[in-house]
Amino acid sequence: MSELLKNPQILREIIMDHYQYPHNHELTHSDEYLSVHMASESCIDDIHVEAKFDANKVVDVRFDGVACTIGTASTSIMTELMIGKTKEEARTIIAEYYKMIDGQAYDEELLEEAVAFQNVGKQANRIKCATIGWKGFEELLNESEKEHE
Amino acid sequence: MQDVNQIRKDFPMLNGKMMNGYPLVYLDNAATTFKPQSVIDAVVKYYTDETCNAHRGDYELSAMVSDAYEAGRQAIADLIHCESKEVIFTSGASGSLNLVAYGYGRKYLKEGDVILSTEAEHASNILPWFKVAEETGAVIEYIPLDEEGRLTVENFKKVLTDKVKVVTFASVTNVLGYIAPVKEICKLAHEVGAVVVVDGAQAVPHVAVNVKDEDIDFLAFSGHKMCGPTGVGVLYGKYELLEITDPFMLGGGSNARFDICGNILLKKPPFKFEAGTPAIEAVLGLHEAVKYLQKVGFDYIEKREKELRDYLVSKMQELDHIILYNANADTGIVTFNVKDVFAQDAASYLNTKGICVRSGTHCAKILVNVLETSETLRASLYFYNTFEECDALVEALKTTTVENCIGIFF
Ligand SMILES: Cc1ncc(COP(=O)(O)O)c(C=O)c1O
Repeated sequence: MSELLKNPQILREIIMDHYQYPHNHELTHSDEYLSVHMASESCIDDIHVEAKFDANKVVDVRFDGVACTIGTASTSIMTELMIGKTKEEARTIIAEYYKMIDGQAYDEELLEEAVAFQNVGKQANRIKCATIGWKGFEELLNESEKEHE
Repeated sequence: MQDVNQIRKDFPMLNGKMMNGYPLVYLDNAATTFKPQSVIDAVVKYYTDETCNAHRGDYELSAMVSDAYEAGRQAIADLIHCESKEVIFTSGASGSLNLVAYGYGRKYLKEGDVILSTEAEHASNILPWFKVAEETGAVIEYIPLDEEGRLTVENFKKVLTDKVKVVTFASVTNVLGYIAPVKEICKLAHEVGAVVVVDGAQAVPHVAVNVKDEDIDFLAFSGHKMCGPTGVGVLYGKYELLEITDPFMLGGGSNARFDICGNILLKKPPFKFEAGTPAIEAVLGLHEAVKYLQKVGFDYIEKREKELRDYLVSKMQELDHIILYNANADTGIVTFNVKDVFAQDAASYLNTKGICVRSGTHCAKILVNVLETSETLRASLYFYNTFEECDALVEALKTTTVENCIGIFF
């Protein structure tokens, strides 16, 4: 793993950048996308996530809505990580991310910039913020697989 | 003259607790308040020395607890200036407001009737009325708030017609902390035959309330926001209104007799509303809370909150990056944002400095007209807070930046 991703200062800047300039932060409202509304019951975060799949591939992921730094940045990084992956790869990354948030051993290489959220799990009340977008995408992934059955 | 240091000694939660290495600074009193030792003792005493059901036994212990329970009712009646038979114990302000909506509103409202409310209500005072409107065909209309978010008599007059059957609003709002002109509104509402429901959850703990003088028809409030235990609240209703209001629940304790053909003879108010075993220890604790507040004195409470509030607001106004939404409010609620920082991020950062404030979203309408934002921070003061605690908040706000809010995770 890049040494840079071990530097707390860099990790803070990653979160900051993704919060101030979130990636894939516009919805298409297109029929080609599946979409889900995620509103946290315990905090203010309220976002929509869209994803487009082609057979086994994640073609595009987008989001929009009102969310805190952690909610926004973690979702932004998630979209970047998912686009271009196979569904199977996507599921593996999501599983590793949840392990990290849960304080278990995880594969840093797979998570890339998402390692910036390695300490969020220590503040239990913010775990929902760090996973809201990921959970949303996971729902879309499940939905896409149901369609193919 | 009251001494705040003396007062603080009465509250175990204020005995020097630390949070994240800092003294705990609790500024979320609109959510719930701390309890003095006397309240805690009353609750514990019930469980250690007085346990038994109220209204149920033929033995001395039960009679004693029943008397203590009824003495609690009398204390509430004295506090708000009504008769004890007009005091119903509920589970809290939400329970009280639902009881009025379902037991009175749903029974008497008809299609085309108007329920007047405001866009600054707590969910517990508007959602039940949505349901009543849906079921009866009555419509909810809103009294426009002025540019500061206040409910004014002038605006009330503009929307008051003889179609209005219920007027329901918070006499102190939990978002902006303004005091509504209750007496004038009751007078005008009564002229068109409407009933006035006052959500007093943020009022009764902070200002003297007199239901007779203000001529309030129904008043709801919670014990836990006024130094009392959770699980108990009050609905006051004028007796003649309580007589024609249906209970929300039926069961043991609320009926005088019934037979297997389904004939039920309900007890008189307030007992017909209190089916099932109530939160006895909470009523006993609430009684102590009332005594405590009366000992401190509402004159002092109001004055102290105003001093604290004026101080905090003036300090916050010195900070360029703080947006204040209710600089001119009447009570201890200070609603604000830190420029460019999401409310929840700021609350998490303040927590790392030992400071408890609330971040939250507000009803869509009020945000557009008055707040122009969907999320805010709220610091809410009570008489036991100190100027030093206000300083701690202001100091922490000086370093509340997006960078530092992210920094708490490293
Ligand atoms: C104005 C107002 N009304 C009603 C309530 C509901 O009180 P409770 O949760 O105790 O039922 C609250 C509590 O936050 C409030 O502030």
